[in-house]
Amino acid sequence: MKKIEAIIRVERFEEVKEALKGLSYPGMTKTLVEGHGKQKGLTQQFRGTTFEVEFTPKVKLEIVVLDEDVPQMLSVITRSARTGETGDGKIFVLPVESVVRIRTGDRDESAI
Amino acid sequence: MNLRGNVTKIAIRGVLTFGLVCLIWLAWVATRGSGIALAADPTGLGGTADVAIDYVWILVCAFLVMFMQPGFAMVGAGFTRAKNAGNFMTKNLMDFVIGSLTFFFVGYALMMGGDWHGLWGTEGWLMLGDYYDVDKYLSMFWMLVFCGTAATIVAGAVAERLKFKAYLIYSVVVCAIIYPIYGHWVWGGGWLSNLPLGVGAVDFAGSGAVHAVGGFVALAGAIVLGPRFGRYDKNGKPRAIPGHSITLAALGVFILWFGWFGFNPGSTFNAHHLRIAIIAVNTNLAAAAGGLSALLISRWRTGKWDIGMLLNGILAGLVAVTAPCAWVEGWAAIVIGLIGGVLMYASVKFLEAKGVDDPVGAVSVHGACGLWGLLSVGFFADGTYGNYSIEAPYITGLFYGGGGEQLLAQFISVAVVVAWAFGTGYLTFKLMDKAFGIRVSPEEELQGLDIPEHGTPAYPDFLAMPK
Repeated sequence: MKKIEAIIRVERFEEVKEALKGLSYPGMTKTLVEGHGKQKGLTQQFRGTTFEVEFTPKVKLEIVVLDEDVPQMLSVITRSARTGETGDGKIFVLPVESVVRIRTGDRDESAI
Repeated sequence: MNLRGNVTKIAIRGVLTFGLVCLIWLAWVATRGSGIALAADPTGLGGTADVAIDYVWILVCAFLVMFMQPGFAMVGAGFTRAKNAGNFMTKNLMDFVIGSLTFFFVGYALMMGGDWHGLWGTEGWLMLGDYYDVDKYLSMFWMLVFCGTAATIVAGAVAERLKFKAYLIYSVVVCAIIYPIYGHWVWGGGWLSNLPLGVGAVDFAGSGAVHAVGGFVALAGAIVLGPRFGRYDKNGKPRAIPGHSITLAALGVFILWFGWFGFNPGSTFNAHHLRIAIIAVNTNLAAAAGGLSALLISRWRTGKWDIGMLLNGILAGLVAVTAPCAWVEGWAAIVIGLIGGVLMYASVKFLEAKGVDDPVGAVSVHGACGLWGLLSVGFFADGTYGNYSIEAPYITGLFYGGGGEQLLAQFISVAVVVAWAFGTGYLTFKLMDKAFGIRVSPEEELQGLDIPEHGTPAYPDFLAMPK
């Protein structure tokens, strides 16, 4: 079992969600987050003067899947979240030790 | 700490006691010769249809000008951060609360109560005696809503760091002294209006008497306070602190634009001058031209269609046309507005480079463009309308063969309003700073003034406050 954490553009979220439809995953959690990557934020302006926005808004998706589903998930998210510009985000894959479905008490792979 | 606290207490008690003594003295002076004189007409016996039309016109326009108060409040709040929005609203309400009382007590008497050597008025304290009269009350109300405008302009420049207490005292000073005295010089029969040049210095609806006065007191306040935390980086490079709502700021500008149709046309103080149609069109043209030029120059300089500059550009055009609106042709109003927008942009950049932090751009909009408005009369006045009169002498500027006399009178008025408003404003803020310190503590400034000064945030259940 792996957890996929994808930090993507806010405006690509709908695209990614649609692309994931029909794929094998149990559910997803979406969080609005703020952060920056290597480009260290971006510049905006107000009343003729610029200012640096260090932390830009992003969407963080968290999805736990079976090991064999990981490659397909990664390629679909990558394709649907990409614009080719700086700030497209990153995907992290983490090992998951255990899963419990609270309603039934099911464990691990049967709980996914 | 204790010593400082005591000094503050003594200073406040001193100011309050002084105010109380002044009031008692004024009441005594005013009622001494009491018994209503024959000239006064508190009943409104002269209410013919002709007079009634004038009254309704002036009062409706005055109500429009009063509605510019929420306009200023929305612009200022929108251009500043959510953590100070409640504080900004309280200040904007209180300058009109204090102005309404102060101007009734003493401001009107100093401004319009007769004339002592061209310097100030000497009668009409508390509007008693001869001043308990429908005409006087009408005139007092008109001058009061203008006074409120001058007072509220300053709030933007001192936003996000001035102590509430200091704002209350400042409001008394501007409504009791700074606005009425310069107002007397140009509108109350004072020395500027009697200069032996042209028809004397003129200012139709108050580019100088209202806007430049507010703008230069605002400059003094911003200088004494110093810039907000984070306005300049470690190397002194300016960085913008974005306001929390462009939507509110734009609403405020629309409200002000609308209110200006009372401010300028109502300044004929006479519904029978059909010139009001020209004044309304000129007002509108200058607003549009100011917005356009500010937007275009920001696009040229920054590559963006800057909404903040567009909003202030509209106000810049309005401020600039306020003095000349009754005396110029439509094309001239456009030119005056276009220059106003560019001047505002240049002034914002200049002040920023000089280290003056004006969170909403009040000094550039009202100060710089107020001066330009005064001067523009001397260039563009076309000799078709008189001194608040449809009869000669008509006012004629340089471009219409009037020579340089009117321009010179306007120039003197410019120099005087800068010296008077900046000087008295600087003194007011500096004295308060010496007495009790006018800037909030660094902790309070970072937290935002809403909670430390007023106990409640503006948006407790609506916006997440950044830590």
